[in-house]
Parts: sequence; C-alpha cells; structure tokens
Amino acid sequence: MNSLISATDVNVSKSGKTILKDVSIQINKNDFITIIGPNGAGKSMLLKCIMGFYQPNSGIIKIKPNLKLGYMPQNLDIIKTIPIKVQKFITLKKKFDKISLQKVILETQIENILDKQLTILSGGEMQRVLLARSLLNNPDVLILDEPAQNLDVSGQMHFYKLLQKIYSKRELSILMVSHDLHLVMVSTKQVICLSNHICCCGQPQQIANDPEFLTMFGKDMAEVMAVYQHANKENSEKNNNSLGENHY
Amino acid sequence: MPTKKILKKTTIHLEKIITDPFIIRGIIAGIAVALVSGLVGCFVVWRRLSYYGESIAHSSLLGAGIGILLGIGINFGVVFVCLIFGILFLWLQQSKSLSSDTLLGVIAHFALAIGIIVISFNKIKIDLHAFLFGDILTVSSADILGMYIGVIIAITLILSNWSSLVLVTLDEDLAKSEGINPLYVNVLLTTIMTIVVALSLQIIGLLLITAMLIIPAATARRLVNSPEAMVIVSTVIGIFSVIFGIYLSVEMDLPSGPSIVVVGSILFFLSHMFGIFLKKE
Repeated sequence: MNSLISATDVNVSKSGKTILKDVSIQINKNDFITIIGPNGAGKSMLLKCIMGFYQPNSGIIKIKPNLKLGYMPQNLDIIKTIPIKVQKFITLKKKFDKISLQKVILETQIENILDKQLTILSGGEMQRVLLARSLLNNPDVLILDEPAQNLDVSGQMHFYKLLQKIYSKRELSILMVSHDLHLVMVSTKQVICLSNHICCCGQPQQIANDPEFLTMFGKDMAEVMAVYQHANKENSEKNNNSLGENHY
Repeated sequence: MPTKKILKKTTIHLEKIITDPFIIRGIIAGIAVALVSGLVGCFVVWRRLSYYGESIAHSSLLGAGIGILLGIGINFGVVFVCLIFGILFLWLQQSKSLSSDTLLGVIAHFALAIGIIVISFNKIKIDLHAFLFGDILTVSSADILGMYIGVIIAITLILSNWSSLVLVTLDEDLAKSEGINPLYVNVLLTTIMTIVVALSLQIIGLLLITAMLIIPAATARRLVNSPEAMVIVSTVIGIFSVIFGIYLSVEMDLPSGPSIVVVGSILFFLSHMFGIFLKKE
C-alpha cells in the first residue's frame, strides 16, 4: 500500500438519496488533487468520509498509519461571541515546537496580525490564519474545503498563489474542494470531477476535453479553462527559455 | 449630625449582617454559585446556549418534586431529572423539521407544568415562592458542603477539558478533524449546566438561573481579549453581584435572587457604556 489515503468504492445515501456512488480515490505523496462538481455533488461528503467524520454505507477508507492530516474548514462557526487572539487560536490544543510555529507564521504571512482578535479579521486574513493552523503540525496531507469561498477575486488569486507556494516548498499532498476552477487549474496536478459518482478525472488539460465535463459544466467553462491553460503553457515555455522558476 | 447617624446605622446593620449565621451561609453559598456560573456562563454566551440553559432550569421543579417524593433529597432529584431532560434537549436539537428553540420551548414548559403538578400533591410541602425566586434563609451547612462538592466537580471537569471545549466552540468540524468528539463535549457541558442549576436553585431561584449564567459573562465580554480573562472577570463580577445583592436583599427585605440579578444587570449596563466609551476614545 503506497498511497497515503485510499478510498475504495465508497457509497453514501441519506434518506433514500444517493450522495456518493462507488467513489474511489487515492492520494499519493506529492499529489495535488482538486475535486470539482456542481452543488450537492457530494464533494464535502467525500471529505467527511475521508476524515472519518461520517461513516459511509459501504466502501473501505484506508489511511496510512501515523499519517498527519491538516484540515482547513471553509470558515469558523462562531467567532463574534468569543474573544481570542490569532496566536492563541493557531496554537490551541496543538503540539508544536517554536521553529515550526515561526515557519508557519512566515509562510502564511500572518506575522502582523498575531495579536489581533479573531473577530476583526478580514476574509483574506481569516483564511491565512486557518491555513496556518492546519499547517502547524507539519501535515503529510492537507485537506481544504472550498478555502477561498468567502473571498473576492483578488483575494482568491492571492490565496491560491500562497497555496501553490506552500505546496512547492513543503513535502505534502493536497486534497481540495474548490469551485474556482479557472484559478486552481494551473496549480493542481489532478482534477476529479464529481457528480455523486466520479464523472471523469485526470490532468486539467484532459478534463477540459472530456465529453462528460462538457455536458456538466458547458462549453463556456471548458473554454475558460483552455484559455488559462494556454496562458500557463506560454508562461512555462517562457520560463523554461529563461530558465526561471515556474511562477503562476 | 444626620450623616453621623446614618453612618452609625449602617455600621450596626453591617455588624448584624456579618454576624448573622443565616446571611453568612447565604453569602458562602452564593459565592459557590458565582464560581461555577461565571465559568459555565462564558460557554453559554459563546455557544448561544441561553435558551438551552433556561430549558434545563425549567425542568428543575419536576426534579425537586421527584426528589421529595422518592425521598432522595431535592439536590439529587434536580441533578437526575435535569440531566435526563438536558440529554433529551440535546437529542431534539438535532431535529431539522422544527427549529430547536420551538422544540426546547415545548419540552421546557411541559417539564415546568408537570413539575408544578407534582409539587401540588398534598404530600409535598414546598415553598414555591422560594423555588422560583430563591431564598437564602433556606441554606443549611449541609447544603453548603454539597454545593462546594458540586463546584469542585464542575470546575475540574471544565478545566481538564478546557482547550477541547474552546475548540469545539470555535468550530465543530475543526475539532472533529483533530480527534475531539463534539457529542462528548456537549454532554459534558450539559452535565455541568445541570450541576449549576441544582446549585443555584436555593439562592437564585428557578426563574432567574439563566440570568446568573449570562449576565456576568456578557458583562465581562467587552472588557477582555482572551477566553481565560473572560472567565476570570465574569467570575469576579458574579461574586460581587452575589455579595452586594444579598446585602441589598437583607437590608431592604427583598427576595435574594432578583436582588443579585439586578446588581449584575446594573454592572452589565455600566460595562456596556464603558465599552462604547472605550471605542470612541
């Protein structure tokens, strides 16, 4: 068993409705997998099953022993009623050493807001704080549930750039649910298109040409993706020519 | 001189108060209430559980009645019945078809109604007024011992689970992803709230128990910037309200519960105004 996490033939149905049907997914070392799909496609349910929050009706979920998971939720449930500083929140109930804390603070660019109250953070600051907390125990796999949902477009761009940077610098795998197709396409290595079952999966370029993807998201979305990939290809060619790093 | 007279009068009164064993016992018991309600009240405010606390308090009358009927004592009866109702409420809150405040409203008032019926049986002699509004004169030394045992249990349970409790409060999914079971935490909080209700019944009275949970914590909220500070400040405010409230109730012959709550509420409005003032600065 080489994969870090493997889910095989996972089935979930709730009050007679099929939410996940024969879904299999594997997360290997250094994977960057993005799950896309329409609302109600079972994306969050799949994450819940993988993290053990929800027991599927059938199927096997195997997690490599001693695997460290980092989880970043979309947002916090209640934040206005409780007074708590950013630094305190990040380290609450965590085992960590000073060096990793310092590293995470620098990586997620939160050094200026450590003493701020959680209640007054902007959307972008909040996402970086949640990301910092999920990275603190040096996870092998980072799981993100629509991490940029509450941000505006420039905030989303900034966040995914940050994520890309962290992915390239750390030895970790990423499993992410995201709606921001056009923004994640350049970072992600594999896309899984979910609509209660896995419609198609593969590299972003393959997905864009897949007939099932076209029927689900329409031609417009595929074209948007094509444009981004095209731009990305050009960039990487340029970078290759100049022997530079592959920046987004 | 009139001021001298008043001063003398006050000193005599104070002397009377601090030497009267009934009042001393009332104050010691009241401090027990403040010690736990300050701590638990913070979670009630953070997690928006005030109506849930109210519902548990409403079922305490039934607990008292059953405690007397079965001869197991009021306190045990209250803890027992409140715990059953507390867990029933917890289960009902999962329901999706009716909102939890509707369901809590139904069950809480059902419990109150049945409680009043049970204590209206001829066999049970109970001072309903004391139950509803608190009466410090009913506190015995044995009660105080029982109360402080309850205080120690409640505080130990909370402090030993402190960071889990705070994390579940912030986000249940986040807590789950780190191996904390939110159900365990919710049952724990329910148990502690039940203990608080049983403790507060004699001093504060059934109708005002929730006030004692919410008001000190809400007063502290504006003055602090960490969860721990909020607990400490809210406990101090609770203790002050209890002592000053009981003093007022003795001095002016008022029921103890309402006096304590009025003092706490005045502090709340003061801290609110102070908070607005601070913001402007």
